[in-house]
Order: sequence, then structure tokens, then C-alpha cells
Amino acid sequence: MYGKKVKLRFLFLTLILVSVILSVFLILQSLKENVIYFQSPSEIKILVEIDKKKIRVGGMVKDQSITINTNEVNFIITDFKNEINVTYSGAVPNLFAEGKGVVAEGFLKDRNYFLATKILAKHDENYMPPEVKEAIGDK
Amino acid sequence: MFKSFEPNKIFAITSKAPKYVLFLFIVVLTIGLTEALILSPEDYKQSHAVRIMYVHVPSAWISLGIFSFLALFSVGSFIFKNKNFSLISKSLAPSGFVFNIIALVTGAIWGKPTWGTWWAWDARITSMLILALFYALYLLAWRIYGDKEQVIKITSIIAILGAVNVPITKFSVDWWNTLHQSASVNVLSNTSIHISMLIPLGIMTAAFTLFSLLIFLMKYNTELIKVKNKGLDRL
Repeated sequence: MYGKKVKLRFLFLTLILVSVILSVFLILQSLKENVIYFQSPSEIKILVEIDKKKIRVGGMVKDQSITINTNEVNFIITDFKNEINVTYSGAVPNLFAEGKGVVAEGFLKDRNYFLATKILAKHDENYMPPEVKEAIGDK
Repeated sequence: MFKSFEPNKIFAITSKAPKYVLFLFIVVLTIGLTEALILSPEDYKQSHAVRIMYVHVPSAWISLGIFSFLALFSVGSFIFKNKNFSLISKSLAPSGFVFNIIALVTGAIWGKPTWGTWWAWDARITSMLILALFYALYLLAWRIYGDKEQVIKITSIIAILGAVNVPITKFSVDWWNTLHQSASVNVLSNTSIHISMLIPLGIMTAAFTLFSLLIFLMKYNTELIKVKNKGLDRL
């Protein structure tokens, strides 16, 4: 019912789309480690070797793990399976708190110890007024 | 198929509709801003910074949505050589681009007080930047190429290539670890925004949709005038 040209153009577009999707998929697949913004403590644990490169570790700040010394903040990042100790000197963002998400950027000393040069607070997808939060209670 | 295109009939709509859409937009925007800036509560964690979300999230949705439509109409215009579809795509692009930029800028403004950084090269933010680049490419291509046949082909291909980036942007937060939070409003699973914040978000989305519709109609109207001025009753 359509002309030959219409069919050819349809085929042309389909081929472009399929090849682009396939190549983008393969590129992203092979760049997987660079596409992710941070690694979890569990991923750090199974690292084969420890690079001197700057990396990011993300997870939750473990409850009651923050200790503040004169110019140093120590805390533990957990993904509820594994943990990593973090040391950081500098100002932390306002939303940095125990039990909340965090991304630390810096250098890995060993598989349990991370020296952060920058701390970012990770916000979760929950939005609610304070009264509602109180009613739900802290979980 | 899709051959019956009469600029005069469409023109009758596009020349009158904008003023009604503008009126509706102002009404909905007023209600939306009142809800978002005054009536809605502050967030338990980020307090008043949450209000940026009422501009950021609708802008991001709309820029992604418009690009999807733009790509669909481009497919139609490429395969069926339907010139009306290419005019529709062309008229959709400016408002999509503007909302894309708004989403990026408001995201940066929100990111500084909450994350502690203006910008992060995570998958969501980077793919949103790529979307903006595709919008820019698309709009530029329309300006650069004068030849009608050529410009339609080139812009269609840009739109279709850019469309591959749309699902990547949408699902980036699920596929990879990102600094950006995952989706709060979900069709299939639970929505994690409290109803008192969901209402202003919905109204602002409606307002921005009306604004895009307004810009689209005005742009489309101009394109139709250009067609009429060339003395053509049909394309």
C-alpha cells in the first residue's frame, strides 16, 4: 500500500536506529565503571588492586558513626553489607547526617580506609513535610 | 497517507488559540506558584530548597516529553515525506530547549545547597546535557541548511539519533549509581512525594505544559504564515 521509497526510508531509519542503539549499548556496557558515579563499600571490598586514582564511594552514613575532631570528620559509609571508614577535613554539606546518603570523593588507602577530599550529600527520592516525617517516625 | 494538509484550516486554529492558551496559562501558573511557593509545606530534610523542585521536575519532564514528540513527528516526516510533520517538529523544539536549560540551571541551584556541588558528571546530569546539545544541534540545523529537502532530512536524522538518548536519560538513575536521586513519581509503583507536595508539582507541570503549547502554537502559526506567503495552498 505504500510506495517502494517509503518502505526503503522506513528500512533506512530502522537500520540507523538499531545500529545506534546497539553501539550506544556496547559503549555504555564497556564503560560501565566510568558511567557509575560512585562505588559501594561492597564493590570496594572486591577490588583487585587499589589504585592511586581518585574515586568515589557512596552509601549511607552509619548511625552513630560520625565523630568530629578539631579539624577532622570521621564516619563510616555502609551499604548494609559492608562498611568503609572515611576521614575528611573540611566543611560538610548541610544535608550530611547519620542515616542519610553520602558520596565521598578521594583516595583509597586500603579496603577499609578512605581519605576523602570532598563530601557530597546524596538526597533520596522521599519528599514530605516535617510533621509527616515525625508521624512516620525514624526508620 | 497523511496527504490532506490544508494550511488555511490549521491556520484558523493556530491564529486564534494562543490567546486562550495564554489566559489559561496565566491562571494555572498563578495557582501553581501560590501553591508551590506559599501554601505547600517545607521538606523535612531540605526545608525550603524543595520549592526549586516545583520548577525543576516539570521542566525536565517537559523537555524529555517534547523531544519524544519531536522525534516521532520527525520519523513521520522522514518516512512519509510529510512536510506538515516537519513543521510541527520544528515548532516544538524551541520550548523543549528552553525547558531543558531551565532544568539544568535549576538543578545546579538546587544541587549547591543540598549535595554541596553545582555540577556532577553523573549519568542523569550528563545525559540531560547531551539532550540539550541535541536540541541545540536540531535548532541550528534548521538555521544552517537552506535547501528544504536537505534540511528536513538532516533535522529528522538529528531528532532520531537524539531520541536514543531519551530513555537513557529517563532510566539513568535506575541503571547506574548516580548522585541524582531516582524517580519519586512512578506510574507503576509507589510515589514517594507527599500529597501536599505532589499537588503543586502537578499544577506546575500543567502550567509549563500550557506554556509549551503556547510557544508551539505561536511558532507553528509563524511557519504556516511563511507557507502561505509563498503562495502555496498546500505543501
